[in-house]
Amino acid sequence: MRTFDLAVIGAGPAGMAAAVTAAKHGLTVALLDEQQRPGGQIYRDVDKASPERTEVLGRDYTHGRSLTTALRSASVDHIQGAVVWAIEDGFRISFTRDGAASQIGAEKILLATGALERPMPIPGWTLPGVMTAGAGQILLKQSGMIPEKAVLVGSGPLLYLLAAQMVRVGVPPLALVETQSWSDFKTASRNLFGALRGWRYLSKGLGLHSEILKARIPRYTGATDIAIEGTTNAEAVAFTAQGKRITLPCETALLHHGVVPNTQAARSLGARHLWDARQHCFSPELDGWGASSVQNLFIAGDSAGIGGAKAAEIAGQLAALKIAAECGKLAQDELERTAAPLKRARESELAARPFIDTAYPPYRPSLLPADETIICRCEEVTAGEIRRYATLGCLGPNQTKAFGRPGMGPCQGRYCGLTVTALLADANGTTPDETGHYRIRPPLKPVTLGELAAMGTQSDKVAK
Amino acid sequence: MKIVSPFPDANFSEHVAVSFDGQTHFLPKGTNLAAALLSAGITVFRNTPVSGAARAPYCMMGACFECLVEIDGVVRQACMMEVSEGLDIQHPQGRNSDDADL
Ligand SMILES: Cc1cc2nc3c(=O)[nH]c(=O)nc-3n(C[C@H](O)[C@H](O)[C@H](O)COP(=O)(O)OP(=O)(O)OC[C@H]3O[C@@H](n4cnc5c(N)ncnc54)[C@H](O)[C@@H]3O)c2cc1C
Ligand code: FES
Repeated sequence: MRTFDLAVIGAGPAGMAAAVTAAKHGLTVALLDEQQRPGGQIYRDVDKASPERTEVLGRDYTHGRSLTTALRSASVDHIQGAVVWAIEDGFRISFTRDGAASQIGAEKILLATGALERPMPIPGWTLPGVMTAGAGQILLKQSGMIPEKAVLVGSGPLLYLLAAQMVRVGVPPLALVETQSWSDFKTASRNLFGALRGWRYLSKGLGLHSEILKARIPRYTGATDIAIEGTTNAEAVAFTAQGKRITLPCETALLHHGVVPNTQAARSLGARHLWDARQHCFSPELDGWGASSVQNLFIAGDSAGIGGAKAAEIAGQLAALKIAAECGKLAQDELERTAAPLKRARESELAARPFIDTAYPPYRPSLLPADETIICRCEEVTAGEIRRYATLGCLGPNQTKAFGRPGMGPCQGRYCGLTVTALLADANGTTPDETGHYRIRPPLKPVTLGELAAMGTQSDKVAK
Repeated sequence: MKIVSPFPDANFSEHVAVSFDGQTHFLPKGTNLAAALLSAGITVFRNTPVSGAARAPYCMMGACFECLVEIDGVVRQACMMEVSEGLDIQHPQGRNSDDADL
């Protein structure tokens, strides 16, 4: 088994920046990502995109090439297409690549596994034709494809970004059904002063709004009682806005109300997480460098708390510097000196965050869905069933397993974990921290016996 | 659900034969398998083992497992694969097929 000073999981902005920085300071570094190419979510397939595509996706997207270029020339073992399914103390990392499982060892680990879109359980959200807005954007970045006759539903910057990109490719959405209201914006404007320091985000936001406006896309705000209608496929989005019930026929509904940290790997290692009331999610407990409650385990980027791509890149660099110092490759005073400007840059990157978080809050009815709504997509468990478990004495997500199968399907609670915690906390009158989250055990992703069988023969051959 | 590709470059790549539930489709080699199947008009990828409800890709990033299909007897996420010649894809069958083998 090959062993590295540092293994970085995730080749988005945080992971790429960290791997390059650590290698520059003389550490041996492995970078693993399940995608075939570097970039993470924001810069997905940035090296492959044609000029026509990059024009649509904009400069914020092509910035990723500076990171992929630096990665190519750095001395980093970039193991692409590697699905990490177990990390054991010590550390030993098991992953599958090309149908065979392998292992590597690492003294330190940096998790840069990014974010997931916040689950948006509403009636009909499991119908084919309903996707996340991020999925729509992945189709565009990765495959140059876009759904026609789509309605965008929810709130947040990513929804506007996708709408503007769809306008640019000439396949505009049929409508934008927005869940945030004017009063959210008024509350948020209390944070406007701070946000002005993050003016880049605000001006970008205004630019997107004016593109959507110019394209005359119908917009509805403060939408409630949202449901996707259809028998075997999504056929319409129904909702109430300004006191009127509206039904918009469509072929695709793209849902989005923010992103939340992907905490699966960190939880499997027992890293402590705390409820973040402003971002309505759990985030790992970290120091300013990204060190977690587990020794030698660091976390950076959106998997550490949502801050966006630039903040992720900086956080990756900071964590790598600290790791280099702990490995004796960087003196303490040099660490502080190199880190100081990065810390300042991160602060201004994060300045617009409180404004964004309060102006585009999650869609409340999806945080505590109505009884009939399916909340665990894999096992088709409804919100009402979780509430019933609570009346039978169920206090935490791990106990739900004694009552039914929520969280036990293939997605392992990625898309129901937060909802189950919220429902139980609400029903039992406890806080999310008291209620807790699913315990996550390996394998983080399903592994087949065939893949394991191939392990013995492959584990020493970590191809580049 | 209809997926279109507004970029000319997407049409240049070589198309290869792929079978889905016994039907042959010609899909652009090297593109994301889930995206290519959607654009070929396949709207249902699997049925849930609980109620048999129809499902299709939801996240496109390997997290939701709604795009599970069976290829050569192994259940895999179509959104994490690329189109290659001769893929023989089936609707996954039964509960075991969507649980981890481990
Ligand atoms: C679908 C989606 C689209 C987004 N689009 C944009 C956008 O266009 N603009 C924007 O500003 N922000 C976007 N965001 C927000 C995004 O989270 C951040 O901007 C940025 O990508 C965060 O960078 P990161 O390095 O923290 O993580 P990411 O860029 O998310 O990278 C994490 C990487 O970890 C890998 N990974 C995770 N788990 C494993 C595992 N078990 N094994 C192997 N690899 C693993 C993933 O494949 C991924 O490449 C998007 C978020 C999502 C979820
Ligand atoms: S579409 Fe979600 S895992 Fe493939």
